[in-house]
Amino acid sequence: MSKNINVALIGNPNTGKSSVFNHLTGLNQKTGNYPGITVEKRQGMCRLPRGVKARILDLPGTYSLNASSVDENVVVELMLNKNDKDFPDVAVLVSDVENLKRNLLLFTQIKDLNIPTILVINMSDRMRRKGISIDTYKMEQLLHTKVALVSARKNEGIDVLKEHIATYKTLSTTPCLSIDQIDQDYFGSLKNIFPKQSLYKLWLVITQDVNFAKVARKKMEAEDASHIRSASFLKRLQQKETIKRYQFINSVLKECYIKDFRKATDLRGRLDRILTHKVWGFVIFFLVLLTIFQALFDWSSIPMDFIDVTFAQFSDWAKTALPSWLAPNLIAEGIIPGLGGIIIFVPQIAMLFLFISILEETGYMSRVVFIMDRVMRRFGLSGKSVVPLISGTACAIPAIMATRNIENWKERLVTILVTPFTTCSARLPVYLILISLIIPDERILGANLQGLVLMIFYMLGFAMALLAAFVLHKIIPQNQKSYFVVEMPNYRIPLLKNVVLTIIEKTKSFVLEAGKVIMAISILLWVLASNGPRETFKNAANEVAKTTSIDNANYERQLNAYKLEHSYLGIIGKGIEPLIRPLGYDWKIGIAIVSSFAAREVFVGTLATIYNVGEDEEETIKKRMAAETLSDGSPVFTLASGLSLMVFYAFAMQCMSTLAIVRKETNSWRWPTIQLIVMTLVAYVGALVTFQYFSI
Amino acid sequence: MPKTLADLTVGEVAIIDSFEVEQLPMKLIEMGCLPGNEVGLLQLAPQGDPLYLNVSGAHLAIRRETAACINVRKLNE
Repeated sequence: MSKNINVALIGNPNTGKSSVFNHLTGLNQKTGNYPGITVEKRQGMCRLPRGVKARILDLPGTYSLNASSVDENVVVELMLNKNDKDFPDVAVLVSDVENLKRNLLLFTQIKDLNIPTILVINMSDRMRRKGISIDTYKMEQLLHTKVALVSARKNEGIDVLKEHIATYKTLSTTPCLSIDQIDQDYFGSLKNIFPKQSLYKLWLVITQDVNFAKVARKKMEAEDASHIRSASFLKRLQQKETIKRYQFINSVLKECYIKDFRKATDLRGRLDRILTHKVWGFVIFFLVLLTIFQALFDWSSIPMDFIDVTFAQFSDWAKTALPSWLAPNLIAEGIIPGLGGIIIFVPQIAMLFLFISILEETGYMSRVVFIMDRVMRRFGLSGKSVVPLISGTACAIPAIMATRNIENWKERLVTILVTPFTTCSARLPVYLILISLIIPDERILGANLQGLVLMIFYMLGFAMALLAAFVLHKIIPQNQKSYFVVEMPNYRIPLLKNVVLTIIEKTKSFVLEAGKVIMAISILLWVLASNGPRETFKNAANEVAKTTSIDNANYERQLNAYKLEHSYLGIIGKGIEPLIRPLGYDWKIGIAIVSSFAAREVFVGTLATIYNVGEDEEETIKKRMAAETLSDGSPVFTLASGLSLMVFYAFAMQCMSTLAIVRKETNSWRWPTIQLIVMTLVAYVGALVTFQYFSI
Repeated sequence: MPKTLADLTVGEVAIIDSFEVEQLPMKLIEMGCLPGNEVGLLQLAPQGDPLYLNVSGAHLAIRRETAACINVRKLNE
């Protein structure tokens, strides 16, 4: 059997590239990451005519080979590196029929790399409505390639595309633009120094800041330094190059592309006037947000409760049913709850991405970015920071990944650093149990007081994120001019297939990313909680038997509580008690804080163990917590200590998975370390002030 | 004082005249923001910033500070 063909799908954002990918590969695709960075790598297999098979790689959307964001770097890096195992035998450039001119810019660049490049003109179903007609035969002659008119929406033209891919060897690799036209002198001298290499590739190596180019450039400069020019000289040439490319494209389109403007409808204009209106724009955005929150916190509670109960039952079953050589306690108390702690967030994450992918597919998200930019800029953020901040209410991990399309490094960094302040869903169970304990279930001005407090804490999270952004904005130096260029795509009806695949993909990457950490932590905690250094731990059974008879129904619980107190975890809790006393907490809360340092959601579970009740008996937990007293007999959970604890959870960086993702995205330990220290300090001081203020 | 893109009123169309290439991101140039091309101001965001433009057929938004770096001339000049 012959070797599989490597196919790279390339195209501008918003051209329906992913839809084409989904049609080519069906469900036969997998998502991974490019090494070292979290940019998603989507690839899949595709069967072509005459028994040929192709490996399709869906590259991140980019406007050109001049990369300005992490996503775009991936494309340039691959196209320059012939030795990469993913280097394409044939490139498929996906364009959209309405923005063909701009899309062709990237086409000419790829073609100039001497890679066979097929042109896909997607969304051909819109041609008639928009008054567009294309002479594809003529276009194929002029561009020296094959053209496929495709409608991913209607599943038309995919077979033609497959046929073109299968016969890629017949395609010409003639470049569109001979690069030395731009500046004879400069490129002439370049050619003299490096006679064997393709001039256009050299040019990309000289002008791009991606890793591969940096290495290659160093080599070139070491060989001969006479070709080095100033940055502004190079940028001028880049502009000239762009002009030349557009001249070529215009000359092509003049021959084969006709647009009758009278037929174009003005739906975009009418919708834009409403959605970006200075009043209605914000009102609509607010309503959209309200719907998302309603979905995240109300609709998703049903599957979440179901998951919770199922895992609790599973754990109970495992404890009794598993043979002893399988370490049933580790499985029932460490691994299963750990697994449950991840799966429980799946409904919310899926729901969040349902909304986000719909908002993006319809084109509405760009309008939000547009109207919010001015407001966000005041805080050193960008309009593009809105999406991460909204996503942060479900989970900071996908939120931080969503910052990748912010081109300006400083704005992106600030967004990454402040996103963990937004109230993620792991804080919710902590808030819920504390609120029900310390806030009376009363109505004030017709609103439920408990609900009101919960809302205040959500606002507090956003407010803190903005405040932190404002401070960071002032202290982090600006080393790059802040640019903001957002494409405003056409409004479209979202494709169900795309939405569903996005949800599956994002949820999967969450489960894997966060899952590893939460799992490891759960096991570690279990070990620390079920082992102790001293005799008192080993003799737990005897000690407890002194006060409670073994037949007593409470014996088991008493024993567990005793064991925990004398375990390593208990010792740590007692050790930090002096530190947390001023915040209003005792050593038991100390244990809960320590154990939830790596993942907040562990808090309630730990409290359940400490107050020796089963985890699913929420009412009992509450009663026990209410009955807890300090050594002087006063209750542990008062309004002051409860609020203080909530403030602590609102601000503290208690999520290992987030730190891991920040480290990946910023490519250094520096930022996650700063984040951890500063957020913990803010949390401590905030909790201290809250406790002291409400204690008076 | 030449007129810049930032001085256009909503609905106005003009021709891009000149700009200092260092002042603009490459991405904007690649989207068709080049001397001689037509540009129209479609909408303004609340508080007048960013600007929503049609640059020779491409719909995009840029900030006012960037728009102020692009000199334009009237359509029929």
